[in-house]
Amino acid sequence: MSLLEINGLKLAIGAAEILHDVSLSVDAGQITAVIGESGSGKSMTAYCVNQLLPRGARTKGNVQFNGQNMLALDESTLCQMRGKDIGMVFQEPMTALNPVQTIGAQVAETVLIHGAASKPEARKIARDTLNRVGLPEAEFPLSRYPHELSGGQRQRVVIAMAIALRPKLLIADEPTTALDVTTQAQIMDLLKRLVQEDGMGLLLISHDLGVVADVADHIVIMRKGKVVEQGATAHIFKHMQHPYTKALFEASSHKPDREAKPQDTPILEVKNLIRDYTLPRKSLFGPAPKFRAVNGVSFTLKKGESLGLVGESGCGKSTLTRAILGLETIQGGSISINGVEVKAGHTVPRTLRRNMQVVFQDPYGSFNPRHKVARLVSEPFHLLESPPKGEARKAAISEALTAVGMHANDADKYIHEFSGGQRQRIAIARALIIKPELIILDEAVSALDVSIRAQILDLLAELSDKLGLSYLFISHDLSVVRAITDRVMVMKSGEIVEEGATEAIFQTPQHDYTRALLAAAPSLEDLMQ
Amino acid sequence: MKRAFKMPGFSVGFIMAFTFVAAALISFFWTPYGTSGVDIVNKLHSPDATNWFGTDHLGRDIFSMIMVGARTSIAVAIVAVGIGVLLGVPLGLAAAARKGSLLDEFIMRGNDLIFAFPALLIAILITAVFGPSAINAIIAIGIFNIPVFARLSRAGALSLWTRDFVLAARVSGKSRFRISFEHILPNITNLLIVQGTIQFSLGILAEAALSYIGLGAQPPIPSWGRMLADSQTMVSFAPHLALFPGLAIVLTVLGLNLMGDALRDLFDPKLRRDRQ
Amino acid sequence: MLIFTLKRLLSLGLSLIAASVAIFFVVEIIPGDPARLMLGINATQDAVDALRTQMGLDQGLLARYWLWASGLLQGDFGISYTYRVPVAEMVQGRVWVSLPLALYALLLSTLIAFPIGIIAAAKRGSWADWLVMGGTQLGVAIPNFWFAMIMVSILAIKYGLFSAGGFPGWDEPLAALKALTLPAFVLALPQASILARVMRSSLLDTLSEDFMRTARAKGRTARGAMVHHALRNAMIPVLTIIGLQFSFLLAGAIIIEKIFFLPGLGSMIFTAITQRDLIVVESVVMLLVFAVILVTFLVDITYALVDPRLRRRA
Repeated sequence: MSLLEINGLKLAIGAAEILHDVSLSVDAGQITAVIGESGSGKSMTAYCVNQLLPRGARTKGNVQFNGQNMLALDESTLCQMRGKDIGMVFQEPMTALNPVQTIGAQVAETVLIHGAASKPEARKIARDTLNRVGLPEAEFPLSRYPHELSGGQRQRVVIAMAIALRPKLLIADEPTTALDVTTQAQIMDLLKRLVQEDGMGLLLISHDLGVVADVADHIVIMRKGKVVEQGATAHIFKHMQHPYTKALFEASSHKPDREAKPQDTPILEVKNLIRDYTLPRKSLFGPAPKFRAVNGVSFTLKKGESLGLVGESGCGKSTLTRAILGLETIQGGSISINGVEVKAGHTVPRTLRRNMQVVFQDPYGSFNPRHKVARLVSEPFHLLESPPKGEARKAAISEALTAVGMHANDADKYIHEFSGGQRQRIAIARALIIKPELIILDEAVSALDVSIRAQILDLLAELSDKLGLSYLFISHDLSVVRAITDRVMVMKSGEIVEEGATEAIFQTPQHDYTRALLAAAPSLEDLMQ
Repeated sequence: MKRAFKMPGFSVGFIMAFTFVAAALISFFWTPYGTSGVDIVNKLHSPDATNWFGTDHLGRDIFSMIMVGARTSIAVAIVAVGIGVLLGVPLGLAAAARKGSLLDEFIMRGNDLIFAFPALLIAILITAVFGPSAINAIIAIGIFNIPVFARLSRAGALSLWTRDFVLAARVSGKSRFRISFEHILPNITNLLIVQGTIQFSLGILAEAALSYIGLGAQPPIPSWGRMLADSQTMVSFAPHLALFPGLAIVLTVLGLNLMGDALRDLFDPKLRRDRQ
Repeated sequence: MLIFTLKRLLSLGLSLIAASVAIFFVVEIIPGDPARLMLGINATQDAVDALRTQMGLDQGLLARYWLWASGLLQGDFGISYTYRVPVAEMVQGRVWVSLPLALYALLLSTLIAFPIGIIAAAKRGSWADWLVMGGTQLGVAIPNFWFAMIMVSILAIKYGLFSAGGFPGWDEPLAALKALTLPAFVLALPQASILARVMRSSLLDTLSEDFMRTARAKGRTARGAMVHHALRNAMIPVLTIIGLQFSFLLAGAIIIEKIFFLPGLGSMIFTAITQRDLIVVESVVMLLVFAVILVTFLVDITYALVDPRLRRRA
């Protein structure tokens, strides 16, 4: 008998059927990973276990935990079990902690709610648990507040709260999604270690096969509220049956065909670029402190080339982008576009900006909801001296839309009528409309589900072949960068630490940081061998 | 608009508030009786078939006075909201467009300063200098509305400035000024409409209060607050004098607030999700 | 926290200076000569000039501002144009009616608003919630001076409950409190309605925060999570409103005093306006604005106590 056994679980919220007949199990000391894209019902399955469901939720079936059917228990019994027998870790460490209480109080709270110890003892348990999750007393006293910690540290606090009473089962709902690659790996290692030390079962929910594949003992693939395939990890990798599973695997290691070869003429040359930010004053007197976000970055991007820029959040890659796009003034070095140089103290002028466009990460936030697609797509015309009018404008809009696989009629619709993937196509159409030579893709596929991501990558490859576009492809996701770039740069703390041909970097990384990044995000191909 | 009328709160509120707007408009052409003449013979009549709401101490028909009084209340409140929107919104947008700049700092500190003066104190200062009148009431309430709209539009604009579609517009080479009007303003109109409704109702209350203490519209212009002030000594034996003008204020304000609340629910996607 | 307090103190000082400049110059641009006004049209030019010198009116605008502002700092509010007595003396007795009235109302408003706001949020969608939402909607819409008139005529005059007006002075604290109760209640009602609504919506917002789910996952009951996690977080927007309400209550007190015949700053300021006794208007408005700014400062400090994130920022 497993620690947790879910049998024929059905869930409906209001009129919507969320789960149909889900069955899976978690053994003590083992990790079961539930994988699925958004809307697959994977998180709701987890919430059925500790019964933290939204209002109006109705469940059927059997969730057998430790010999009891969780669906049949009353609220007060559930309260006694939550936190004590079943711990939970959430996706968003930034908001999962109460901002007005110290971390010590919040970890000790788990102990105190269940009356497991006196107040001083609870504080001691809190201290020990924080030490266990890698937050030593010297740096992280109990009196720290959540806002004084980084995302990864906060996630450790959340984990400490969940395991303070050594529960039998831990549920982790996308515990690393909001974190950087290297932090991700550390948190996964921590979870794995805790499972081994305490012999607890871990139900791990994730959308990312790569992240869980090398820690999970058991994999469950879900789609549209159903389990489509499950089994031991090694077995799934070797003998996957279901077409969806295969598609999911293929999509996450998808590599579009690219034929175009880079030419020798550079389109973009960056030399010793420096970008400083003025920080808010710390004292009333004296100059405001400065933060150097980009420190002496140099690189060249050739016509028709796809150059990757990899780095974790805060490494300066967005600041670099903004300087290239002419949104901010540069403090040192120079940026040359098609041979025209922009020096320190200047901003890239309009005449040069016509050669570049950008596609952003968030398909939902990058369009003004009040404008129609035609107006949204034609916005970059503003950069031209004499933008096309009337029929010519219409024709340009249709051309851009059809180039990205949308229909010319879509021009008269509002953006909310489109899905995330379609919106990202429209964003690319917007970038294409003034026929730029360079497109900066700022995490352009990071917010998309793997299957949609693969389609967009294909589209990008096709467009660069057809139109001879150059890409500066910015991402924290190594597998995506590997799939679509010729060369790659690794950025850390405002500096480029390594640069080279993509395959060479992935095969034989030289810099320690690059190695750490690669180790933290093993590719599925490597795992499958 | 159609969606708004499907909400019971909005419809009920609209009927209440619109009744008085209509009364104010009709009063320009027709009232049951005149409101300027004195008719001592018919003074202090209780409500009956001839004078639906009774008559006051000078024999004037209260129903007619309330109709004409609605003009004052509504005009003062609307113009005061107009002042707040026309001055406050551009200030707020400008502050947001240059967040952290001296301009931003200056606008926000100016706002804080005005907030330290409740509308009534502004009115007291203005009337002390220029003497009481409806115009001064408008200015006093209007000045108070400026920081309300400036703050709201700044806060709304700031959250929009971080959005990618604004960044996209900047990549297209549009100026901050142009982005403020093309992208920011249309996306905060919902906020402004809701707040406008609420400030409108607060304006009605403030006008009534100012007229009541004699700092607003001056006789012979009828106003609801003035009518209440006149009735004060006679409430115990002629309660209708105080009842009807008071109800007029309550119903107008209630109606506007119901509309504002309904619109807020309608516009706020978070609440909409909640309801589903 | 110390730096935070110091910064707030600095901004308090700057606000006061800005407010005093604003008030002084608004009032000083008035046309007409106060000395002439006081002495009447028949006074000789010599007498007017003498009075002008005595009042310091012959000096430049800046010098006069300095005189007035430095006087304020020492508790010297100048001499009333009409009564020729120090304004400070006139104000003294009256401040201790208006200020306690506003504070009393603030207390009542909070005491009424908190429980009903919390109940409405906790039982969202229930009949209790509907009742609170409907009642507060009405409470916001009723002008308090109208409500005061009705209260006076019903409770005080017809039934003799509470006192219908007047103020016995603080020598009899209980009687004084009794005299202030009905006015404070009337004053508090609309503000309590607003506050209850803010409390409710702030709590509802907090209840949907991620950390509330965390608390439930630790084993807190729904009620336990509300008490231990939601309330303190929900207080942050509520505090802002409480701060703003004080200025409304103070201004509202001026009107309500009139209806209840309370000898506060209200009646004084209205007399001063009709008599164009500008120095009195100026000083009383300054005094009230000072109170408002002071309360804003206190609210800011309370903010930082409630929310540790604010302590480091300024």
